This record gives sequence, C-alpha cells and structure tokens, in this order.
Amino acid sequence: MTLALIAALPFLGALLPGLMIRAGRDACAALTGSVTLLALCLLALQAPTVLAGGIVQTRIDWLPALGLNATFFLDGLGLLFAGLILGIGLLIILYARFYLAKSDPMGQFYSYLMLFQGAMVGIVLSDNILLLLIFWELTSLSSFLLIGYWKHLPEGRQGARMALAVTGGGGLAMIAGMLILGNIAGSYDLTVILTQKEAIQASPWYLPALILILLGAFTKSAQFPFHFWLPHAMAAPTPVSAYLHSATMVKAGLFLMARLWPVLAGTPEWFWIVSTAGLVTMVMAAKIAFFKDDLKALLAFSTVSHLGLITMLLGFGTRAAATVAVFHIINHATFKAALFMTAGIVDHEAHTRDIKRLGGLRTLMPITFGIALLASLSMAGIPPLNGFLSKELMLEEAAHTTWITPWAMGVLATIAALFSVAYSFRFLAHGFLGPVRDDYPHTPHDPGPGLWGAPAFLVVLVVVIGLFPMASAAWLVNAAASAVTGETVAVKITHWHGLQAVALWMSVAAVGGGLMMLGAFGPLRAIWDATPRPEAKRIFDGIIEPLAALARSLTYALHNSSLSRAIAVAVLAIAGAGLWAFTGGGHVPGTRALMPVEPLVAVVWAVMLAAALAVPFLHRVRVVALVFVGVVGLLLVPFFVLMSAPDLALTQLSVEVVTILLMLLALNFLPKTTPEESPAPRRLFDAGVAGIAGAGIGWLAWEMLTRQAAFPPISHFHLAQSKPGAGGTNVVNTILVDFRGYDTFGEIIVLGIAALAIYALSENLLRSPAVTRRLAETRPEREAGDRHPMMLVVSTRLLLPMAMMVGVYIYLRGHNMPGGGFVAGLVFAIAYLMQYMASGYVWSHSRQRFDHHVLIGWGVLIATLSGAGAWAFGLPFLTSGFEYVHLWPLEEFELATAAIFDLGVFLCVLGAVLLALASLSRLAQRTGEVVNTRAYDTEAPQETR
Amino acid sequence: MILGYALTFMFACIGLAFALNIWRLFTAPTLTDRIVTLDTMTINAIALVVLYGIRAGTGLYLEAAVLLALTGFLGTVAYCKFLLRGSIIE
Repeated sequence: MTLALIAALPFLGALLPGLMIRAGRDACAALTGSVTLLALCLLALQAPTVLAGGIVQTRIDWLPALGLNATFFLDGLGLLFAGLILGIGLLIILYARFYLAKSDPMGQFYSYLMLFQGAMVGIVLSDNILLLLIFWELTSLSSFLLIGYWKHLPEGRQGARMALAVTGGGGLAMIAGMLILGNIAGSYDLTVILTQKEAIQASPWYLPALILILLGAFTKSAQFPFHFWLPHAMAAPTPVSAYLHSATMVKAGLFLMARLWPVLAGTPEWFWIVSTAGLVTMVMAAKIAFFKDDLKALLAFSTVSHLGLITMLLGFGTRAAATVAVFHIINHATFKAALFMTAGIVDHEAHTRDIKRLGGLRTLMPITFGIALLASLSMAGIPPLNGFLSKELMLEEAAHTTWITPWAMGVLATIAALFSVAYSFRFLAHGFLGPVRDDYPHTPHDPGPGLWGAPAFLVVLVVVIGLFPMASAAWLVNAAASAVTGETVAVKITHWHGLQAVALWMSVAAVGGGLMMLGAFGPLRAIWDATPRPEAKRIFDGIIEPLAALARSLTYALHNSSLSRAIAVAVLAIAGAGLWAFTGGGHVPGTRALMPVEPLVAVVWAVMLAAALAVPFLHRVRVVALVFVGVVGLLLVPFFVLMSAPDLALTQLSVEVVTILLMLLALNFLPKTTPEESPAPRRLFDAGVAGIAGAGIGWLAWEMLTRQAAFPPISHFHLAQSKPGAGGTNVVNTILVDFRGYDTFGEIIVLGIAALAIYALSENLLRSPAVTRRLAETRPEREAGDRHPMMLVVSTRLLLPMAMMVGVYIYLRGHNMPGGGFVAGLVFAIAYLMQYMASGYVWSHSRQRFDHHVLIGWGVLIATLSGAGAWAFGLPFLTSGFEYVHLWPLEEFELATAAIFDLGVFLCVLGAVLLALASLSRLAQRTGEVVNTRAYDTEAPQETR
Repeated sequence: MILGYALTFMFACIGLAFALNIWRLFTAPTLTDRIVTLDTMTINAIALVVLYGIRAGTGLYLEAAVLLALTGFLGTVAYCKFLLRGSIIE
C-alpha cells in the first residue's frame, strides 16, 4: 500500500494549500512541504529493499476485466526519479515561498504544483501502462496550469497552450503506441511487458508502436523537431521552470525511454530514430543557447540540448551508454535546477534577466555568484564537478559509436560540448563578470537564505558528486542502470581515464574552442543575426490557426445555439448511422408470430394516433396541446393493462397526472399561445426530421419485437428467481428493490437532487427583485369562480384518508402484487395535491408537520440504512433478506428488508414531487395575490401577504 | 357464454365511444368541451380496464381502475381551475 500512498499523497496535499493560505503564506508553504517530505520519507523507507536488488509492488484491482488495475512498482529507476521529483519538489516549495510576489495567489500555485508532483510520481511508480498514461496526461494538464499561472501575461497563456497542444498531442500518439505494445505483450503490466523483448521486437507492429511511443516521449522531452514549446514555456514563474522544465517533467520522456529500454532498444530502428533525434537536438539547441540573451531562454535551450544528449545515449542501445544516461540525469537535475533558481534570483533582484543589461553582479551578489559559478562550470564540464564526469563518459561513448561514418558522432558530440562550454561561460561572463553597471532596472543584492538556500543545497550536491562520485552517486546509478538494462551494473566513475582516452582530448578541444567562441562572440553574433532562421512559434501558429478556424466553422455550422438546428443534426446523424448499419448488416425479417389485432385495440390505437398527430397541428394554443397529450397518456394505460403490465399502468397514470399538474402550473406563467417563428419551408423540413426520428424509433421497436433476442434474455432468470431469491411474486417490484436495487438507489438520489435543484432555482428566482416585481405586476387573466369552492374542499378532504389508504395498500402489497413504493409515493403526493388545489397552498402547507426536504433526506437515508444493514451480516451492500412470520390472529405474512428499502423509495418520491410542485406554486403566490389563512374563503380575503 | 357476448357488445360500445370522443375532441368549440371530453375518455378508459379484468378473470387490474378514477378527477379539477383562475394552486 505504501507505493499507492506515496503517489496519492501529493494529490491529497493539493487540497491543503487552498485552505491553509488563510493561515498565512508560511503555514501554507510549510504544510505543502511537509506533505512532500512525508512522501519522500515513505520512499526512503522503501529504498533499502530496492537497492538490494528487490522490487516493491502494490496491487489494487480496479477493472480487472479491462486489464486496468492500480498497480505500482518501485525499482531502481523508479527510486531515482521519485527521489528527484520529491526531493527537488521540496526545494522548489521552499524557493517558491520566497520567490512569489505578494500579489500572486500562492495557495493556487502550491495546489497546481502538488497536482503536478502527484502526476509525476504516478508516472514513475505505475506498473500498469494504462494508469501510466492517465498520469502522463495529468502532467500535461497540470503543467498547462502552471505555465499559464500568470494569467495576465499573454506569453504565459500562449506558452501554456502551445505546451499543452504539443505534449498533449504526443500523449495521444503514445496512448495508441502503448495499447499496441500491451496487445503484443498480452498484458498492460510493465513488469510483464519488460519480459517480452523477443515477442515485441519480432512483431510486425513493433515499428508503429515504437514510433507512436517515441512521439509521446519526444514531445514531452522537447526533442527535435518538437523542441520549440520548451522555450515558450519559460513564461512560467521560475520555480515552475526549474521544477518542470529542467528537473522533472521534461525528463518524463527520458524516463519512458529508459523504462521501455529493455524491450524497445537494441534494434537498428531504435538506434537510428532515437540517437539521431538526440544528436540533432543536442547540437542544434546548444548552438541556439549560445546566442540567447534571456537568461532563462539560454538555460531552456541548454536544457533541450542536455535532454538531447541523454536521448542520444539511450539511443545507442548499449548497457554502458544507458548507464551514462542515468548518471547524467542525476547531474543535469542538480546543476540545471540550481542554475534556473539562480536566474530567478537575478530576475527577482535586478528586475531583468536580459543578459545585455546585466554584468558585474559578482561583487553585488557574491553568494548568488558562487552558486552560479559552480553550477555553470559543472554544466560546461569542467573538472572536478559532476557535469565533467558524465560529459567525459558521454564523449567516450560517442567516440566509439558508428553513426553514418565512424567519426561523425564523435565530432558532432565534441561540437555540442564546445557550444555547451561557450554558453556556460557566456552565462557567467556576461551575467556576473565585468564591471559593475549603474543602469540596472533595480539595484541587485543578495537575497535572504530562503531564496538561495535551495540552489546552494543543489550546488553542494554538484560538488560532492563531482569529488566523490563512487561514494555519493554510484549506488544510485547502479540501482537505476540495473533497472534500465535488466542486468546488474557496477559502474566505475573516475576523473582520470589516462592520456590515451580519446574523451580527454575531445574535452580539451571543447573547452578551448568554447573559450575562443566566447572571445569572438561579437562577430559571431552579427553572423547569427544576419542568417534567416525558421520562427517556431510562427510555424506553429500557422498550423494551429487554420485547424482552429476549421473546427470553429464546423462547430458553428452544426451548433449555432439554435436548439432545433442541434436536434436536427443529431437526429439526422443518428438516423443516417442507423441506416448505414442496417444496409450493411444483412437484414433478416423477424420470425415471431404476430398477435391478433382486436377491433377495439385498433380503434383505441387509431384514437391515440390521431391525438398524437393533432399535437403538432394544434400546439400553438398550449393548453389544447396539453389536453391532447393527456389523451395519449391516458390511453396508454389500457394498453399496458392489455399487455399484462399492471405495474406500468399504475405508474403511467400517476406520473401522467402529476405531469399535467406541473405543466398547468408552469403554463400559468407562460403566454397562452406560441407565435410562428419560422417560415413554412423550414417548418416542413422540421416536420420531416421529426418524422424520420419517429419512424426510425418505431421501425426499430418493430424489428426488436418481431424477433427472438440474439442472447437469451435475462428475464427468465428474474422470473425464476423472484420468489426463491427475493421472496416476492411481483417480478417488477423485486427487480426494482432487489435484483437491481442499486440502480433504484441511484435513481431516487437523482430524483431527490432534481427536486432540490427545482427548489433552488425557484428560490433564486424569487430572490431577484426584478422577478418579484414582475410577478407582483402579473395579474391572472381570468378571474372567475370561487378561489376555494366549498364543494371541492369538502370532497377532497373526504378523499384524503381514502387516497392515503389506497397508497398504504399499494405500498404493502407491492412485493407480491402490482404496486410498490414508487406508485404509493405518487398516490400520496396526489392526495396532498388535491388539498393544495382545493384549500390553497398556505392553508394546506401550514397544516403539514413535515418538511419536503426532510422527506427526501429520510427517504435516501432509510434506503441507505436498509442496504448497509447487509454489512452487519457480512453481505454486500443492498443484499436483501426476508422471513415469513406467523402472528396470531393474522395469517402468515412476509417481512422483507426490501420493504424498508421500498419505504425509502416511497418517502423520496413523495418528498420530491411535493417539493417540485410547491416550488412552482410558490411563484404563483407572488403574483400580487392575496393568500387565505382560513378554509373556504368564498368571501373577501382576510389577509394580504 | 353469455359473458362472452356481453363483453363483445361492451367492447363495441366502448370502441364507438372512443371514436365519438376523439371526434368531439377535434370539433369542440371551446376548451371547456375538450375538458369534458377528456373526462369522458377517462371514464371510458376505466370501463375498458375493468372489462379487460373481467375477460382475464382477474382482480389485478382493479387498482389501476381505482387509481384512474382518482387521477381523472384530479386532472379535470386542475384543468377547470386553470380555466377559471389561471393558477391551479392558489
């Protein structure tokens, strides 16, 4: 469970900052940090097992039938990444506390950051690739929120959109690739997939899967030609850049390549695609970085370049190269995060990060300079820092790899290293060295330890790993590299490989060349500015804009906010799809024998049809249309009876009358007639669409009813099990309260929510002064007859107990005979409604000792308790029990827990109907009417409200 | 035997009644006439349900008939109140 907890903790932690920000920024940051720290401690507890070569696994079955399980596993690679994510995350939380301005909403920032952290930890701990994909998409979404955190900056919004489009698009490709991979391997669990190397590489689907997965990895890790989003993502606050775009998220693609290295690597396809992309990215981005003036842009392109370096190493497909890649992941995370934070400090203190306006910061900001010095020397690959160690190993690997020609790879790697030296020194020389200027936008000085503490810690790591690599980092590299390669790796890292090592001379050439380039920066810059370059953002916009315009025009064509247009499109599309399926399906007419049609049935059917067809012609007078609709509803009742469905008949007629009442209440506030809004041809077209919809459904029903089902229907089971299994002879009721009780449970909750929503909406309406004024001005048009005729009042009062008795009777017998809680609830509601209509709302309501809301609440509660009662007997939720009881002088009768559940249904239905009608009729009371407090107020009303 | 004839006769009557009802529903001059027609149709539907019960030899459908009477009454009252007063719950 620990692994699931580690992955869940950041998500839980994401809820806290929003609340804790009320307690102040320090409390907010401290609490957020403590959650990450807790996750880090839990991870550390697992470390001994993993370092001993073991694997920690957690398995939670979720949808086993789909192969979708929440399975997590932790090996060396996962430990390395999870440690990086949580450890650097902790430093970033500290740094962000002091970096964010007073006006920035800090709670929101930390919430987004924790969401991102959780998604990242999820990726590296997932065992199931479907789960991994979910976390993968989550990182895209949360990074979108983080890049666009400064919503007021257009660059932030555009950068966020671009990052989402590129990484999200890559993620979609990767989903397809992963599904193919899972299909080949026969499992979606990584632990299984990683053992299927031969099967995967022999499969004809290997190349498509590889390309799709690499699309996801390359877009995420900003590899050429998808590198352009990363510099634009630098519009994010610096803590985000340091965390997402140097240490963690952009390494997710590398993580994935390393994770799948055992099964995907080693083929020529892998070598050519991955190492070429990495090499091109490394050289090209290093060159661009050298000419960038913005400190963060320089670092961003340098990040792209280093990501290319690691990708290239993974692409070599050899065990040694993969080990170097793992080592460089650690080193790059330490020095690059420190450099980003340094750039952030400069920006924070000098109010600019334009390298041309800086310089001379060495004396003004000595601490920051110290950090920047060590970190950028490491980035340049100067001994004895850690960047030197991995760069040396990389050059050695590149020199011995044949790419087109035996020497091309080595030369290009040296060129990249040369540029790397050049931009690292430019960062230092143009930013910190030189004379102190007097035209900074803001006079810089060293910030407090809150800001420089985090990068200083990372620089200590840079130095310690650099000086004592075997003691400080080799164990982690060994564990991670063993996990990547699937073989036990024992790495040997030294500073001195001897004079015969070719990497030494490549390094010397790189440092010398880099320094020379820095010296010739001016002329080189002039050449750079003179050469035309493709502008990535313009190309991107050029592709995205037409697509967006196309999508927009299509959307507006189909959905122009006109309901009739939207319905017509949907109906025609569905009917077209149905027709297409029908013509291609090899249709055979149904073989069922048809029932004889009695003359009376034909007559009633014709009457119903006439009434239904009349509605479209007469609908302009709304109440007349309602009468015709009522006829259709009424005649449905004998049809249900004829087809031996008395339950449906009862439900139909009680729902029918409640609907009519609701409609009449609403019609009171609406115009009495509907105006003609569209020309005749348009109405003809609409009639055609409606005809297609009706005819299609009718035809479908006919086809279904005239044939045997392709599968044995489940109704036989219900019929056979109704008595022995659920203890009732009314199958409809036992299905509702027993077999499918869970559905009913959900439905009554929905019903209750719907009633509450009606209440809330009408309450909101009544709160608005404009609406109450309009209502008060509305006078009923017809003012004839008595408000509360005595005849009606007396007769409905007599009817009340009788109607209730019918309701109780229907409820009690429901389990064995037609009836049940639903119909009983409606009958009770009708009984109350009669009182409302006869004696007035206020008079009746003041005599009710219960609240409608409470009825709904009790209904749901009773249903829940009757279901939860099964737990006491160790049975699943909503398992029903029944017992036959003999109680003198009564006959033997049955007690079933399903009846208690049905009571819940009853209460919920009653409360919901009453609440809905009461909400609507409350509107009527605001129409400037006088309200009665006494019954039969045939004379003048007594009281005004 | 005699029951069968009686049922057939009754079904014929009710069918005729429904046909006349729908005729009236279409030709009615005022809304009041339509409400009365709807009420008559409810009565006919009650009769039909009861007759089906007699034919099937079961009392199961009686509840539907009882409830139909109740809701039919309520519906007619509601239409009338709407016609007279606008608001059905005052």
